[in-house]
Amino acid sequence: MNIHEYQAKQIFAKYGVPTPRGIIANTPDQAVANAKELGGNIWVVKAQIHAGGRGLGGGVKLAKTKEEVRELATEILGMTLVTHQTGPEGKLVQKVYIEEGADIVDELYLSVVLDRAAEMPIIMASTEGGMDIETVAHDTPEKIIKIAVDPAFGFQGYHGRELVFGLGITDKNEQKKMIDFAKKLYTLYMENDAEMIEINPLIKTGSGDFIALDGKMGFDDSALGRHPDIEDMRDISEEDPDEREASQYGLSYIALDGEIGCMVNGAGLAMGTMDTINYMGGTPANFLDVGGSANAETVAKGFEIILKNPKVKAIFVNIFGGIVRCDRIANGILEATKLVDVHVPVIVRLDGTNAAEAAVILQNANIANVITATDLADGAAKAVAAAKGEK
Amino acid sequence: MSILVNKNTKVIVQGFTGGEGTFHAEQCMAYGTDIVGGVTPGKGGQTHLGKPVFNTVKEAVKATGATVSMVFVPPAFVADAVMEAAAAGIELAVVITEGAPVRDMQAAKACATKHGMMTIGPNCPGIITADECKIGIMPGSIFKKGNVGLISKSGTLTYEGANQVCNEGFGITTAVGIGGDPIIGLSYKQLLGMFEADPETHAIVMIGEIGGDLEIQAAAYIKDNVTKPVVAFIAGQSAPAGKRMGHAGAIISGSAGTAKEKMDALSAAGVKVVVSPAEIGKAVKEVLSK
Repeated sequence: MNIHEYQAKQIFAKYGVPTPRGIIANTPDQAVANAKELGGNIWVVKAQIHAGGRGLGGGVKLAKTKEEVRELATEILGMTLVTHQTGPEGKLVQKVYIEEGADIVDELYLSVVLDRAAEMPIIMASTEGGMDIETVAHDTPEKIIKIAVDPAFGFQGYHGRELVFGLGITDKNEQKKMIDFAKKLYTLYMENDAEMIEINPLIKTGSGDFIALDGKMGFDDSALGRHPDIEDMRDISEEDPDEREASQYGLSYIALDGEIGCMVNGAGLAMGTMDTINYMGGTPANFLDVGGSANAETVAKGFEIILKNPKVKAIFVNIFGGIVRCDRIANGILEATKLVDVHVPVIVRLDGTNAAEAAVILQNANIANVITATDLADGAAKAVAAAKGEK
Repeated sequence: MSILVNKNTKVIVQGFTGGEGTFHAEQCMAYGTDIVGGVTPGKGGQTHLGKPVFNTVKEAVKATGATVSMVFVPPAFVADAVMEAAAAGIELAVVITEGAPVRDMQAAKACATKHGMMTIGPNCPGIITADECKIGIMPGSIFKKGNVGLISKSGTLTYEGANQVCNEGFGITTAVGIGGDPIIGLSYKQLLGMFEADPETHAIVMIGEIGGDLEIQAAAYIKDNVTKPVVAFIAGQSAPAGKRMGHAGAIISGSAGTAKEKMDALSAAGVKVVVSPAEIGKAVKEVLSK
């Protein structure tokens, strides 16, 4: 689960990680009131969406008067912001964060992420703040410092020294501040079961302070149960409504661009099914894992969600029954055809537990749109042909 | 021969009396697995499925001599269960549970390593040595005895792969589902080493997916250490970047962890890489007919 910048900064503040002062606004009036409350004579109006690249997309702007704050808030609120991370359809801006201006002397980069190879969190830092870190990693990998911290022993002095000397910070006082910053960030990463924290840029001010000018946080979904405060930060308007609906039925669904709807048990086989469709010259319309507890209701729901997509020309049901029993899936398909108007060909491949019983069920039902397949290759070939209008 | 488990392996079940634990323990026993008891705190002294229930793993190990534990406890208790098994001297914990927090697994694995305990999973179908021992949730009937070892991050692709291998007239020595979480126990590398050393295994199928770099590590290992033919499939060639494809670890982060980079690395290491899982059986036939 991801959260907004303003929410990440609330968590930072709780742990004493310095951030500029700011207040969230839903309307231009609120934005102006926030600017008044913050005081000063320069403010930043920042669109709040779950995607990076907001500045380049026109979602982060500087205001020198309160009238400008009003104009910019009016412009940004309600705009559809397109960045390299939103996809071409963009994201609707529903909130703006009004922040006090900052005195920027230097821009750095700091993040904490899980290093899957090392099996522990790593702190990544760079002097190249404000740039896309993937680009920095690609073009100048020597400018990225990586420091693994073993949670069994925690953040030690040498982690801090590697960080500040790596960043070329020589002033004793600044070194102390940066180490303190990173240590707090590591602590809040661990205590909140974060998956990643990224601050880009982390700025140095004229007075030698380090401040999180931006903040991005994602959390381990499996750990949200023990963090109700973070679960409360969930913004469902940022999530795909179909993906969300599917998850409420225990289905894992992701929309793609193609024409063949897929309903599969198991994430690996679901991806493998998409790959096979591609390999055979078709295009998958979605990823859908019906999970281990599929029944008539979930299968019907799956059909409903797949068929919402007008591009779908055929559906490939590919089940290898382990815990999932094929007869149950076959009955689910029968139920689904009663509950949902399945107007495209459905290619069904059922193998594994109770596959023979399932075949009898489908044969006896004799549904017009249902085509049975003997194995994965046969099913994918039939689905590709059906999507092309061939029989 | 086989790897890790066989008909003599003594197994206990953590989370024995729960719904999942009961159902699958029964299935494993029906397959022939020597389940010698189980652990459910507070139910020690009872008998379940005709086997003794213990309050702690330590008691269970002492009374039964079990060396392997199959773990079915709820996600929030997985780390505790793994650490308990490790401290009690269990040699291998097979963790079926899905949804354990990453931070917990990090700690659990570090603890297991310290005690010299191996872990399989979490979020996996388990391990099966055909016709001898099934520790997990896979349908036993599809694993016919033979000379192909199988390692997979995905449960249903394990079944798909094993089924194709058997349909081509071959069979399985041992199949291991290693799980699709960001932090897992035994990985391709260690298991490839075990299959390489197992005289009964003549070829190895490895099934990977997007996310992380375990398959890349495997490629490097194969190049230097594996003489037996390896067939590989990597799921998610058509997966979009930045999206979690069902498994917690199946995500392309930025430009890292793509199917292509893994397929290229494996091909370069001399592995027979197939682009569709439907080709696994045929590829195995091809490498074994050489």
